[in-house]
Amino acid sequence: MSKGVHSLWMAQDGVDKIEAPHIEYDLLAPTLIVVGAAVLGVAVEAFVPRRHRYVVQVGLAVLAMAAAFGAVVTLAATGHGTDEAQTAAMGALAVDGPALFLQGTILLVGVLGVFTFAERRLDPAAHGNRVDSFAAEAAAVPGGEAEQSAVKAGFTTTEVFPLLLFATGGMLIFPAANDLLTLFIALEVLSLPLYLLCAVARRKRLMSQEAAVKYFLLGAFSSAFLLFGIALLYGYAGSVKYAVIADVVAGNPQNMTPALADTMGNDALLLIGGAMLLLGMFFKVGAVPFHMWTPDVYQGAPTPVTGFMAAATKVAAFGALLRLLYVVLPGMKWDWRPVMWGIAIVTMVVGAILAITQTDVKRLLAYSSIAHAGFILAGVTAANEEGISSVLFYLAAYGFVTVGAFAVVTLVRDAGGEATHLSKWAGLGRRSPLVAAVFAVFLLAFAGIPLTSGFAGKFAVFKAAAEGGATPLVVVGVIASAIAAFFYVRVIVLMFFSEPRPEGPAVTVPSAFTVSAIAVGVAATLVLGVAPQYFLDLAGDAGVFVR
Amino acid sequence: MNPVNYLYLSALLFTIGAAGVVIRRNAIVVFMCVELMLNAGNLALVTFSRMHGNLDGQIVAFFTMVVAAAEVVVGLAIIVSVYRSRHSASVDDAALMKL
Repeated sequence: MSKGVHSLWMAQDGVDKIEAPHIEYDLLAPTLIVVGAAVLGVAVEAFVPRRHRYVVQVGLAVLAMAAAFGAVVTLAATGHGTDEAQTAAMGALAVDGPALFLQGTILLVGVLGVFTFAERRLDPAAHGNRVDSFAAEAAAVPGGEAEQSAVKAGFTTTEVFPLLLFATGGMLIFPAANDLLTLFIALEVLSLPLYLLCAVARRKRLMSQEAAVKYFLLGAFSSAFLLFGIALLYGYAGSVKYAVIADVVAGNPQNMTPALADTMGNDALLLIGGAMLLLGMFFKVGAVPFHMWTPDVYQGAPTPVTGFMAAATKVAAFGALLRLLYVVLPGMKWDWRPVMWGIAIVTMVVGAILAITQTDVKRLLAYSSIAHAGFILAGVTAANEEGISSVLFYLAAYGFVTVGAFAVVTLVRDAGGEATHLSKWAGLGRRSPLVAAVFAVFLLAFAGIPLTSGFAGKFAVFKAAAEGGATPLVVVGVIASAIAAFFYVRVIVLMFFSEPRPEGPAVTVPSAFTVSAIAVGVAATLVLGVAPQYFLDLAGDAGVFVR
Repeated sequence: MNPVNYLYLSALLFTIGAAGVVIRRNAIVVFMCVELMLNAGNLALVTFSRMHGNLDGQIVAFFTMVVAAAEVVVGLAIIVSVYRSRHSASVDDAALMKL
């Protein structure tokens, strides 16, 4: 027998029977509902007449999200978040507190996403047809004949709703993935629809397509790194299951084989594999130095897509990162903690400093999201139970603020569509005090001012980090918050204390969809800020990973 | 033959792919380099599968092929639509948004 080949391959009698896997459909209900509705949405595109598609798709998407949220709440109420936490589908998915908490958050943010996607009052009607933020025909060349006839015929891209549902389905699986294969598939299922959604803006289509191509190429590049990391970790541990890998990393595998004894001793596989896996995750959360795509994609993508993507992707990706670090690699804590320290510090500082120089409100929010990724990483670095619960709370708080803030950005318009250049926002507070005040609330929450959810979240992650022995991180975090507060307050000053420009943009009155998205965002920001205790307890109860 | 040699080959392919993504300027070629990286991952998975004597790695490799196919569908759609509106597939030309 040649060296390194397992005896199984030499045996003459192969595996004669493969047992059918046991699937717990009730535990997987939230994901199955959303993905099933997405498939149904594709069928709607094929069979329902064009004029009815919008109503059917919006109704289907909202119903699916609501039903899935109901399923999550039912699972949590029956104790699956705490005592009954378990793995499902042969150990491929975890149904535990963090997974259910994040799935609930993603679904709520997803409903708000559907609302902003469905808005049809902002863009002026084209040829008597109400239109949304998405291209009449995404395949047509911008400005070409095909596009003009599509606009004239009143076409709209209702495919965005199934795409949103597919992305949400991937996001629901991502933080619950309990083996590396499921992690990889979930990453792709959430990413691929987002690449497409970035490319279908109605206005500024060249920028939108550019954002999509950048996001796609860099995203595919990073997922190739993730896959190679998975291959190396599999080589190290001989399994893709989180629990098995964790045992092997800790040095006491369940069943020892000669091949495993051989690869277990090879730390290069573990260290390089772990690093590549983390690289893929850092890209998704937008941590420095893997943040390059964030500002361009956030700016170029249609604003409703940006809001959904910024909020929900971050929630899902941080959930998956937490599970990787806390379940798979706790045995390597002394190896990954210094790396996380470094990444968290550069992310906070670079995000906050580069945001100061921005002149476009979407790019500003993009850099602010990078800084926030740094704050959350500080909580992740804590490596204790408070680390989990504080990150969960921060993600929920951040998700609602982000969706709300981008929804406000869609309202401020001039003749060329959304007026995102900051100079055009001057004096907005005098023209439209209500919209400016709402945006100011979101900015204050981003800055972490007391009585907003941002403060409660920041306090929780910094407290966890300090208890986890990362005091220098907290100091850097507070300094970065101060820098960040400067540019948030600068926007508020610009809106309220400068003269409105005569040819400046106006605030368009939206339909009930965007109004309710913004209202929920404001309500969540204030409730989580004024009375955070209930939600902190909720996150605290959810703060244990199943293995 | 010692299966470890296939690991060296897969690391080499992965490096060539990663270098190609960084160096090449045509979006299609960049994308082909990404596919090369994914296939390098597949080769490593299959090799490890043989070394460990279980099928996990081969199953992951099958899923990776499906994912790669889905990625081609989405990626080519995006790249072709960019090419049709700009008459260029160079990643350097896509620079409407800068710092």
